[in-house]
Amino acid sequence: MSAETDIAVLGAGPAGGAAALAAAAGGARVVLIDEQAHPGGQVWRKKDVDLPGLAETPETCAGARLRGDLEASGATFLGGTRLWHIERVEGGWRLHLLTRGDRAETLTARAAILAPGAREFVQPFAGWTTPGVYGLAGATALMKSQGCPPGRRSVVAGGGPLALFAAAEILRLGGEVAAVATPNGRGDWLRCAPILAANPALARRGAELIARIRRAGVPILWRHVVTRAEGDRALIRVHAAPCGAEWAPTGAARAFDADALCVGHGLIPNVDVAVLAGLPRVYDADRGGWVVEAGPDGRTALEGLFLCGDGAALRGAETAARAGAGTGQAALADLRGTPAPPPAPRRPDLRARFGRAMTALARPRPGLLRLTRPNTVVCRCESLTRATLDAAIDAGAAGLDALKSATRCGMGPCGGRYCLTAAARLIEDRTGAAEGTVPPPVPRPPLFPLPVAAVAAGFDYDDLPIPAPAPL
Amino acid sequence: MSRTADTPAPVRITFDGRDYDARPGESLAAALLRAGVPATTQRHAPGPARGAFCWMGWCQECRVRHRGRWVEACRLTVYDGLTAEARRAADVR
Ligand SMILES: Cc1cc2nc3c(=O)[nH]c(=O)nc-3n(C[C@H](O)[C@@H](O)[C@H](O)COP(=O)(O)OP(=O)(O)OC[C@H]3O[C@@H](n4cnc5c(N)ncnc54)[C@H](O)[C@@H]3O)c2cc1C
Ligand code: FES
Repeated sequence: MSAETDIAVLGAGPAGGAAALAAAAGGARVVLIDEQAHPGGQVWRKKDVDLPGLAETPETCAGARLRGDLEASGATFLGGTRLWHIERVEGGWRLHLLTRGDRAETLTARAAILAPGAREFVQPFAGWTTPGVYGLAGATALMKSQGCPPGRRSVVAGGGPLALFAAAEILRLGGEVAAVATPNGRGDWLRCAPILAANPALARRGAELIARIRRAGVPILWRHVVTRAEGDRALIRVHAAPCGAEWAPTGAARAFDADALCVGHGLIPNVDVAVLAGLPRVYDADRGGWVVEAGPDGRTALEGLFLCGDGAALRGAETAARAGAGTGQAALADLRGTPAPPPAPRRPDLRARFGRAMTALARPRPGLLRLTRPNTVVCRCESLTRATLDAAIDAGAAGLDALKSATRCGMGPCGGRYCLTAAARLIEDRTGAAEGTVPPPVPRPPLFPLPVAAVAAGFDYDDLPIPAPAPL
Repeated sequence: MSRTADTPAPVRITFDGRDYDARPGESLAAALLRAGVPATTQRHAPGPARGAFCWMGWCQECRVRHRGRWVEACRLTVYDGLTAEARRAADVR
């Protein structure tokens, strides 16, 4: 089946939701696509389980508001739908979708707004493949949608505010927290004091989270990283050691009995769709690593293609929503041929500064590489250890495409989402190259594993416009 | 947790040959987690055990066999009578 519309928006989080609302308010036909069943994105996620008595939070309220506004807006929401390819066509963009029930469909739009958000980075460490070890951001997603804590007794580890949020959320849902281990020092947070003071509402929320953790008697281990997860079919123990300013472990580890570990080392903007569409990547650690350039109104170098939210630069939900609204208006103006709305007045954007400071707290530091030992599995899908990858690097694999063909790293079902960032850093480390010089491989369609049913429904892999492979 | 009047009745699901109660609306992976089963690979098989990791349908570690297809347990909503099979260790390299 194929359909067409004025504006297609990918991602129904704060950014894409606001973009769809702005464009629909101007009368454009808008289709909003998300693989989740409901709008809300990562942060304003809807509860899937009906648990009477569970109090609302600022995030659930913001999500309910967004879902209500979208309902009333005239924009069409395609939930449970994955975009697995995008290509330029005469007069617009064609989006290849896998809808609920696994049907392959296409949607042609005069303009496409990409708001795919971010995904999580976890530095491989000993035992991270043990069942019971979860991504930190993923664990927040679990708690928000399913209303259950990740285990009976959890260790929470990571930088920035997300670790504090996750720990407080576990307690709220009736779980126990054995410890919070954060690579940030108290001084890192103190340096954010002026920015926190300028954002009293957000700062108060953070203080409440810390108070809840302290009241429960949970130890907060500043400047600590998790070095090892222990267990066979299930996690039984977590080891956390002190670390230096660059996050390399420096001393003896303490052990905590736990059946869940929520661990994360920052977020990565989802740039794959923008790159498939033809935009180049640049490295900017401040924006989140490999990113694609987009203006403040979401415009990119390609006509009719817009990008906003955490998928463009990690700045948090509030900034994503504001950028989304501006991007929706810009796309609408281009469609109409009317002048774009005047740029927002240049006053200091406190929310953006806050988002930037929080991103900086969580940005993975180079010392994390020490967590990945020679026998640590790096590529989960193919169970490849660091030693295997190092051997291939020593034998000449100086880029990720070469490493992939030499070892199959990143070629399993996850498509390399959970290993290639770490693998790039391993190559940089081993070859003495600077951070951000080994680019991720060029993404190829399909971005998600396509089920046979979709192929049987008239889709043929041979029809795929496969771009020429990048030179090794 | 005891069931109150407004808590919906649980649904019955079968995973890897064992029966579990699940909450309507939750995902298979969440139901198994609450039942104390974090691993979604076969119980007595040799080789590495794996289970849900990202909780957002991307890592593919939670894949199980459902109606003849590999699906992500973290994106599969439970229903009464749901039956799914664990991944064998051989499917995890
Ligand atoms: C798992 C996770 C949990 C997080 N939890 C929090 C939190 O609790 N608090 C907080 O302040 N920040 C959180 N963040 C940070 C988050 O990035 C927010 O800053 C905010 O959600 C960004 O808004 P956004 O609209 O740019 O992107 P998002 O909210 O991430 O929305 C992007 C949407 O795009 C969809 N999408 C992406 N690619 C595709 C595709 N190919 N096909 C179909 N749909 C697609 C996703 O399903 C998602 O709903 C979390 C991030 C992650 C990855
Ligand atoms: S937990 Fe990662 S795909 Fe389900």
